[in-house]
Amino acid sequence: MERCRMVFSGSGGQGVITAAIILAEAAAIYENLTAVQSQVYGAEARGGATRSDVIIADSTIYFPKVNQPNVLVCLTQEAYAKFSPIIRPGGLLITDRRYVTLMKKVDARQREIPMFETVMDKIGKPIVFNICMLGAVIAMTDIVKPDAIMKVLERRIPENFLEMNRQALHLGIELGYAAKR
Amino acid sequence: MAIKDYIRERFFPHMWCPGCGHGMVLNGLLRAIETLGMSKNEIVMVSGIGCSSRISGYVDFHTLHTIHGRALAFATGVKMSRPELNLIVPMGDGDALSIGGNHFIHACRRNIAMTAIVMNNRIYGMTGGQFSPLTGYGAMATTAPYRNIDHGFDIVQLAMAAGATYVARTTTYHVKQMTEILRDAIIHEGFSVVEIMSQCPTYFGRKNKIGDAPEMLEWFKNTTTPIGSKAKQEDPSLIERGVFVQKELPEYCSEYAKVVERAMKGRS
Amino acid sequence: MSDNVKFLQGNEACVEAALYSGMDFFAGYPITPSTEIAEQMAIRLPRIGGTYLQMEDEIASLCAIIGASLTGHKVMTATSGPGFSLMQEALGYAVMAEIPCVIVNVQRGGPSTGNPTHVSQGDVNQARWGTHGDHAIVALTASNHEDLFRVTVEGFNIAETYRTPVILLFDEVVGHMREKLVIPNPGEIPLVERLKTSVKEGIDYHPYLPREDGRLPMSDFGAVHRYNVTGLFHDMWGFPTDNPKIVHGLLRHLVDKIDNNAHKIAMYKDFYVDDADRLLISYGSAARSALHVVENRRSRGERLGLLELQTLWPFPAQIVRERARGMQSVTVVEMNKGQVLEAVKSAVDKPDRVFLANRTDGVLITPTDIRNFLRVIKGKGI
Repeated sequence: MERCRMVFSGSGGQGVITAAIILAEAAAIYENLTAVQSQVYGAEARGGATRSDVIIADSTIYFPKVNQPNVLVCLTQEAYAKFSPIIRPGGLLITDRRYVTLMKKVDARQREIPMFETVMDKIGKPIVFNICMLGAVIAMTDIVKPDAIMKVLERRIPENFLEMNRQALHLGIELGYAAKR
Repeated sequence: MAIKDYIRERFFPHMWCPGCGHGMVLNGLLRAIETLGMSKNEIVMVSGIGCSSRISGYVDFHTLHTIHGRALAFATGVKMSRPELNLIVPMGDGDALSIGGNHFIHACRRNIAMTAIVMNNRIYGMTGGQFSPLTGYGAMATTAPYRNIDHGFDIVQLAMAAGATYVARTTTYHVKQMTEILRDAIIHEGFSVVEIMSQCPTYFGRKNKIGDAPEMLEWFKNTTTPIGSKAKQEDPSLIERGVFVQKELPEYCSEYAKVVERAMKGRS
Repeated sequence: MSDNVKFLQGNEACVEAALYSGMDFFAGYPITPSTEIAEQMAIRLPRIGGTYLQMEDEIASLCAIIGASLTGHKVMTATSGPGFSLMQEALGYAVMAEIPCVIVNVQRGGPSTGNPTHVSQGDVNQARWGTHGDHAIVALTASNHEDLFRVTVEGFNIAETYRTPVILLFDEVVGHMREKLVIPNPGEIPLVERLKTSVKEGIDYHPYLPREDGRLPMSDFGAVHRYNVTGLFHDMWGFPTDNPKIVHGLLRHLVDKIDNNAHKIAMYKDFYVDDADRLLISYGSAARSALHVVENRRSRGERLGLLELQTLWPFPAQIVRERARGMQSVTVVEMNKGQVLEAVKSAVDKPDRVFLANRTDGVLITPTDIRNFLRVIKGKGI
């Protein structure tokens, strides 16, 4: 497989870091792939744009940071402004219309996906927005199977929240497939 | 057990000056331990740096002579790892309240069962008579040649405010009271602070024209009074002696045992 | 998936390894980027009946674990640069009194408060010479979670074997990044337990009289032997002395017990060193970038090799000298102004062929950075 370098960005509270960890854990533990996740800490992580890097590969990953993502998710205007210039030419840029207005063309496949609106419509709980985003990402990249994500969620999330997360994941997957077409 | 069974005769003579009060504290402490009939193996003495801290070398307990100001931190580690041991922590006034001031107030706050003895001679004796945070305003010291402008701590007030559950003060003149207080402090289930005013004739007495050891003991007799005495009402400058606080509050090691219990049951 | 396969941060891997080693007493003070170690200890230790103690500062933290070590426990504290600075006096005490303990320093940028949430390897020389006076010290590091786990366990083993403080000098990148860790089964990595005295009650026990092999059997505080422990130079009873002969002998013992065993303490990894004509030497997270470059150059037929150091102190000078011999150039890849560079230069036969590839701005040195340095070095005609 081709090495997948991803950056998830947004603002604190949107759960982008959690989403990155879940994805990387799913790949590393349930898909027999190699994955490394890292994030920016400190003052930069309090307010402003939050960023988490994930690399997934089928061979050893040495350098753990992402300089040029081939998948970039931006969930705020600020994150979009800050990170869209670093995308690898021809990469995939995912945004949500609720939060991001596309400003200029970058050399990437730009996909605006109504993830927040769909989550609020169908579930009504913004807390699973990040899982919906994760669904969209895995649908568009085929990087891990939904089952692997669910196994991680089962390990991490209290049982009574599991169904809501499963629903959010599948909403995201549907949106992702739709955007792929 | 005879008093001398508690000391390491091998390491005598001691290094204190003639007339020093610290030997009297050692004497009072061993008598207190003797009355309690404690075994030597159940006592750990932890000290820091200074004349007072050398006391740990002379007693036949488990003895930990550490670094300046940190005796209570070391003692906290010993106690938390073996709560059944009895910890006695003799310190000097500079050791306990200047460099070790932070550890002192935090040990008070935790109410961890151990006995902190502050041997207060109001001077740094080991290094030759520099002023300490207990020297007091207007006194002379080698580093206060034009008289000290630093105000002294009141150890009792400080310990009480920080949360110690046994707080007492006595002097080397009042040897019977000293032994009784130390005995009660050792068996107290919580953090005990005992201030013992101890004479340093070499550096404090001489420099401040109080005199030699006998005169300094006389001075302790004349400038102190039992808590709430009539004399205190008549002369507020007198320093009160006795037990200021003695109360039962949850002790740190037993509180931690509850944390372990909760964790093992998977509760928070 | 079995419970011993985890996806976690380096700091969490360090906790797993400490628990695997039998550590059951931790005292600390929160500081970025090491805080996750304290947080995990606070969760994990009470569950096994161990002790998590949050002290008033880093000085008190190291003092507390030294106290707990004396009652027979394997102990640890964790901090970062500013806290490690505060610990230096107590570190020297542990050296002098020969108390086994493990001190983790997850490095951030310095000096002072510096760059708290960003990577650096600036404390290498502080680990060596931070406390005052002549002494020997052990400092270990790692670049990935599997190695970090083994190095941490080995740190406890070395602490017990030589009765010494051991510094685990990790960095922000390795501490914070997450990757997979398969926790070894019990027994898979041998553990060294506390060597206790066989001297019976009532017979004189000399706490500071080394055996013929240099090791000092201990007796727990609270057990039948009562003795003195001090930071002063001391005799075989642990009693203070300034007798020149005893002072000389003790200092020699403290240094020799580490330096004479440097070959046993040396941990390192060779990558393509055998047939290399140019060598990189690196450690910690910088070694990840170095290895990236080596793999990449090898695929293009270039004979580049990497020596990854895991033991930084005592410096594995002999290993470095042997590996560097015959190389056209040796490039030390690190995130400081050349702290290991100087040690490498004094170890090798041809110090003028040793170069530095570094980065000190709080950003992990990248493979591109290293390639650029190598280009410049080649440009010098070496």
